[in-house]
Amino acid sequence: MNRFRFSHAPIDAAPLREQLHHPSCGGFAAFEGWVRDHNEGREVTRLEYEAFEPLGVAEGERIIAEACQRFGVERALCVHRVGDLDLKEVAVWVGVAAKHRDEAFRACRYIIDEVKHRVPIWKKEHYATGDSGWVNCERCTQHAHNHDAGRAHVHS
Amino acid sequence: MNAPLPPLRGLVLAGGHSRRMGRDKAALEHQGRTQLERAMELLRPLCISVHVSVRADQRQDPLRARFPQVVDRGFEGPAAGIHAAQQQDPDCAWLVVACDLPLLDAGTLRHLVSRRDPARMATAYRSSHDELPEPLCAIWEPASGAAFESHLTRGKHCPRKFLINADVLLLDQPRPEALDNMNTPEDLAAAQARHAASGGRPIHVQYFALLREQAGRREETVESTARTPAELFRELTARHRFTLPADMLKVAINSEFRDWSHPLKEGDAVVFIPPVAGG
Repeated sequence: MNRFRFSHAPIDAAPLREQLHHPSCGGFAAFEGWVRDHNEGREVTRLEYEAFEPLGVAEGERIIAEACQRFGVERALCVHRVGDLDLKEVAVWVGVAAKHRDEAFRACRYIIDEVKHRVPIWKKEHYATGDSGWVNCERCTQHAHNHDAGRAHVHS
Repeated sequence: MNAPLPPLRGLVLAGGHSRRMGRDKAALEHQGRTQLERAMELLRPLCISVHVSVRADQRQDPLRARFPQVVDRGFEGPAAGIHAAQQQDPDCAWLVVACDLPLLDAGTLRHLVSRRDPARMATAYRSSHDELPEPLCAIWEPASGAAFESHLTRGKHCPRKFLINADVLLLDQPRPEALDNMNTPEDLAAAQARHAASGGRPIHVQYFALLREQAGRREETVESTARTPAELFRELTARHRFTLPADMLKVAINSEFRDWSHPLKEGDAVVFIPPVAGG
């Protein structure tokens, strides 16, 4: 089973946590990303996630392998939702089990940070005003259109 | 959660005798690659592993020895290859293609995979010539294994006749000519002339997020002369009026990140990746 997965159904954290449980691990850290009702001053009513799954799974697996090597943890999982999400739903779940808490926290942080920047997942926000927009795409397009060279988009 | 989908392995049938062609069809070169290499590369992004089907006496052939093999066991013809694969791994589905389909493209294969129905015995294309199922560009599900073996042991060797009478999902071909096979040197010359005349070759493009909305489609196969993804993106921007500049995008070819200057080949599957926003 892949350590990085996409889920088209709501994420159930309990069985994921269970998969990480191991007698050699004394620390477990998890991160959940939730759907929030606002972003950059706008009221958000729901989200839509879309992913290029074959490449996303491969890149997610690379991130988890990096985290395990860098922080010396053995057990880590990440599941990202795709499809339509309502407020308060879990958009992403990361769990890391390790001998001690420090490496569990650090590996968990590394995985979520890298996933946000590297895995081909796109988020569309639907606003209370009825319109919608792809996060990191629409505004950058306007910048490019206005020849605004001030803020290059971070897309590493 | 859905029932787990049986994983998909790829099988390129290259165990024929090529009698009408007069030389090994798998070894014929077209645009710098053998037919066998081309078919293997088309399957690779879609399957967890890709194998070449061979007769026992072809195992040491240098062209075929480079790839994981599935060796015929006791039957003959293309049916033997499919049967041997199902014996080798009865729990997975096999995406089977013949090596002599010079016009087969990534879009045709992706279409088949995306519409696959694992509850049937197979998912196959309806021939654009006679409306019958095309067994040699089809997904054979694990459920077909026992019935197909029984078909063979009754002395019937035609995989097409098997599919005609089996519970099969039949799809229309997105490109009607994609499954035209070649059996004679004349067929091969015609296929080559066709490519030369257009100057382009089929490239499959998938779109996501803002690009999907602006293109008005999830995927398409374009005949393009573009040598690199950078050139292809310029062509497609002109066609679809994309607003994202190339320097904000990344590019993947056959499901791997690549440079904008990576050479494009016939049949490549290209994805332009808009700025991501996970989490």
